[in-house]
Amino acid sequence: MKLESLTNSIGEWLRGTGPESDIVMSSRVRLARNVPHFPFVSRATEQDRAEIERFLRERIAAAPVGHGLEYIDVGRLEEVDRQFLVERQLISREHADAQGARSVAIDQSEQVSLMINEEDHLRIQCIHSGLDLRGVWEQIKGVDEQIEKVVPFAFHPQFGYLTACPTNVGTGIRVSVMLHLPALVITRQIDKVFRSLHKISLAVRGLYGEGSQAMGDFYQISNQTTLGKSEEQLVEQVGDVVPVLIDYERRAREFLVRETEQNVHDQVSRAYGILKTAQTISAEETMQLLSRVRMGVLLGLIGDLKLADINSLLVRTQPAHLQKIRGLELDTKDRNIERARYLRQHFESGGASPN
Amino acid sequence: MKCQQCDKQAVFHITELETGQVRELHLCEEHARSYLNQAEAGGGGPDEAEAGGGTLGVGQTADELAALDQKACEMCGITFFEFRNQGRLGCPHDYVQFARELEPLIANIHGATEHVGRRPSAPPAAATEGTEELTGVIGLRRQMRESIACEHYEQAKDHRDAIRTIEERWLLPPHTA
Repeated sequence: MKLESLTNSIGEWLRGTGPESDIVMSSRVRLARNVPHFPFVSRATEQDRAEIERFLRERIAAAPVGHGLEYIDVGRLEEVDRQFLVERQLISREHADAQGARSVAIDQSEQVSLMINEEDHLRIQCIHSGLDLRGVWEQIKGVDEQIEKVVPFAFHPQFGYLTACPTNVGTGIRVSVMLHLPALVITRQIDKVFRSLHKISLAVRGLYGEGSQAMGDFYQISNQTTLGKSEEQLVEQVGDVVPVLIDYERRAREFLVRETEQNVHDQVSRAYGILKTAQTISAEETMQLLSRVRMGVLLGLIGDLKLADINSLLVRTQPAHLQKIRGLELDTKDRNIERARYLRQHFESGGASPN
Repeated sequence: MKCQQCDKQAVFHITELETGQVRELHLCEEHARSYLNQAEAGGGGPDEAEAGGGTLGVGQTADELAALDQKACEMCGITFFEFRNQGRLGCPHDYVQFARELEPLIANIHGATEHVGRRPSAPPAAATEGTEELTGVIGLRRQMRESIACEHYEQAKDHRDAIRTIEERWLLPPHTA
């Protein structure tokens, strides 16, 4: 099955390549679309949902983009498998926790994912490693155009693409970048930065989207409005602020090295030490410590680790990934023990991911 | 976020300043209504307050709001009250049915009311009547189910035929589209 093969890779957004990938983890765009002849998902009957799912799956299969896609029936997955897809950012938490007929179609590279029966009938998502909003937009536009030839989308001359929630109406676009900002957190400048982002209508969220707490200094910046500006303008709105944030974070990192090198070196070394020797460790603590170690590698304070390695650990130590890798269902306590063992083995073997 | 007094979604977030203390309240439409009425009536019980009316929206009386809340979509049947409670619309036709009510809300969210981005290039979405006619299927399907429930099979058949006519016009199979 497809999920098992995914366990051995790390997915597009954690490849750790692409422009500015020391700070920008990934660039993502999603489009919300609905068909006009069914109620929106929250008001659809069980039968409606099954018909929407079948209608979209069959139509998309007829588009060129449909050929390379793998379909996963999310409604029939075990909870751990749904969680696994959330951790890889291929589906949203809402999609995982929803009821009724729903599915996701994923391309080989894990760049494109199509969620059927999320909040809207169709959510098209495209994700690239590093800073590449232009590239992501061009790719998703192509996918949207192809699907539009085979699927009628609900559209209104004044309000644009119609969505279940008025907050997405118009373009239906959400443009986001995920940033790693540990130095701005340590130097306590992060709140100030976020306040100024809110002033220019940008939203800040944690690693796993809507309502999620920021974990391990990873933050998603995205547009808040979807109507009254073109898709290109909204891509630019998010894109324009990224170099500024990168600059702030770089300067904060330089400041830390210049003014408090011993302190920072001590912090990242301790973080590394705990990861290498702990006997039991939670997902949150792991994320926090990996974040510090990641910064240490980028500042040249830890020499024997690769960026892609740390990125891989970020996802492989998540609860569902850990259980898939070990092939066991584990409760929280056992997961913490297993996670610590996994980390120790990983570092002992010099970075090769143990299975 | 859930209402502090029931399981519905909280849509009113109220911050009360009381003698130097800050109290936060997260309530659904219904409980916010009775809470605010209560506050206005000077601390009377919620039942008294309900009877006394009171205002919620800016410049709208409770009666006007109640009338608006009862307004329902002729396709999916959702009332404006249900939409305000859940924050999710029922079907694409709601944007036509509730256009006047939604416009100020949309202006508030986006600071704009006109879409300026991409437009679909392929029918039927490119044609507005395509979307409008197809949303008609939602209403017809609902009527068909009701007819079947009442054992009015002739009527149900008519609804089914009407659905087929619309679908045949707008939903060509992909290879012939």
